[in-house]
Amino acid sequence: MKQYFINTWDAIWTVLVGMQITLKHVFVPSVTIQYPIVKPELPERARNRLFVNMDDCIGCDQCARACPVNCIDIETIKATPTDSPGITSNGKKKALWVTKFNIDIGKCCFCSLCVYPCPTQCIEMTNVYEYTEFERQDLVYKFATLSSDEITNKQENFDVFQKEKEEAKIAAAKAKAEAAAKKKELEKKEAENKEDAKPKSDDNPKNENE
Amino acid sequence: MYELLENTVGNQVIAFFIAAALPLFLFILPYAIIAVLLERKVSAHMQDRLGPMITGYHGILQTVADILKLIQKEDIIPTLADKKLFILAPFIIFVASFAAFAAIPFSSEYIGSSIDVGLFYILAISSFVVAGILMGGWASNNKYSLLGAVRSAAQIISYEIPTAIVVLTMVMLTGTLNLETITNQQTAYFWNWNIFGGAALGLSKFVLIPLMFGAFLIIFISMLAEVNRTPFDIAEAESELVSGFHTEYTGMRFAMFFLAEYANMLAISFVITALFFGGYHSPFGYLGNSLGAEWLIPFEQLFWFTSKGIFFVILQMVLRWTLPRLRVDQLMTVCWKYLIPYSIAILLIVGFITVL
Repeated sequence: MKQYFINTWDAIWTVLVGMQITLKHVFVPSVTIQYPIVKPELPERARNRLFVNMDDCIGCDQCARACPVNCIDIETIKATPTDSPGITSNGKKKALWVTKFNIDIGKCCFCSLCVYPCPTQCIEMTNVYEYTEFERQDLVYKFATLSSDEITNKQENFDVFQKEKEEAKIAAAKAKAEAAAKKKELEKKEAENKEDAKPKSDDNPKNENE
Repeated sequence: MYELLENTVGNQVIAFFIAAALPLFLFILPYAIIAVLLERKVSAHMQDRLGPMITGYHGILQTVADILKLIQKEDIIPTLADKKLFILAPFIIFVASFAAFAAIPFSSEYIGSSIDVGLFYILAISSFVVAGILMGGWASNNKYSLLGAVRSAAQIISYEIPTAIVVLTMVMLTGTLNLETITNQQTAYFWNWNIFGGAALGLSKFVLIPLMFGAFLIIFISMLAEVNRTPFDIAEAESELVSGFHTEYTGMRFAMFFLAEYANMLAISFVITALFFGGYHSPFGYLGNSLGAEWLIPFEQLFWFTSKGIFFVILQMVLRWTLPRLRVDQLMTVCWKYLIPYSIAILLIVGFITVL
């Protein structure tokens, strides 16, 4: 019988205690962040969407080689001296036209390993994390700034340059060969002249061997 | 109010219908819309959240948007369901919960129908809800719905008893079933309310105060159980039974269950207010009396009545977000082992006091 009244009292009392706690929480400021309007502050080195500053990219391919999941795809064309891509913001000379710089962010594992080897610090992790797409293909980001016309143009330029260079090389080789031949002839002549002039007084090892 | 309507319409029957339906369209439906938002806001702030914030200023249009969405939803009737009963069930629940408002006095000038069996009528019509719940649960042809409906039926029938006994106590004390008369007995200041022992002064008043507090607690708990609100929501028990008897309902039919739940909350708050807390009477006297503006009094009464009602609705919300759900056996224990003995004891003592 005593237990009965204790139970009754406990029921009423514990309900009141519970209500006191919940009512107290009405006046506690809420912890909600109104997400799409107010965004939570990300940690300093948060890793989200990759971004490439193409003005600084020298097309060195180091990021693509560092990537453990092969999500970076780079193709380049060598620049010609007459048509140079210019220099990067920290003064490095760009030697390559980057014709293709695709990052498949759907594959990306956000390891940030591509960021460290970059010599110009042009590839970086941004704090953008809302980039949902309806098509998987849309997750492949194309950073290359050149149009297809420009790419063919650069390729032609390079081919022409290469051809010219090869021709120049051949010409140079020919010229060299000719020069060498001439030199040889000259030397021969001189030698002959020398031999003609004073053949016995010459302490030439060749002659000794002979 | 009723005479005014009769004079403008010119037909007694039509005037009666309008008078009975007026609170529904003028008051209860807007209330339900506000209460749904209120519940979400109260629960959110109790859990240190903010609740809906986007639709309108601090999300005040959220319920309107939700109802617009529910209206557009496809109306699905399961193939193996008993189609007629399935369609009928939400209407029965909706009608039963809204019909209770007809006998509730909103102010001295307005009561849907001032019948002498008002209290009895409200008890009868609100227990009619259980028929709708059983109908919906059984007709859905879903094991969870049926389980929820059966639990709900057992619960409502059990908790009718303490409710009825406490109402009987109040009837013995006041000597009438008419809610308007009960209200008018508790006029003037708040110490005349039934929870403080009624208007009659004397030794009996001080004996009655603890009894009335007990009676109020019992009727509050048992009426809370009757409308299937947490901590007594084993009929819906979303962690066990999906959502109980209305699992299979979609769109507007679901919305009717939803609105009926909130209407029920307000109905029991009004009944408790009328029985224990002076009904529409102000606790401190009327501004209209002191200003000499007689026309102001009914509006003040409406204000006090709705404020008291909303207070109890908020109390129910706080309880819902404070307490966990009772187990079925605990639920029955609370009713049969605790509420009924206490209510019978109160009934006997109050009976003695009124006889003496």
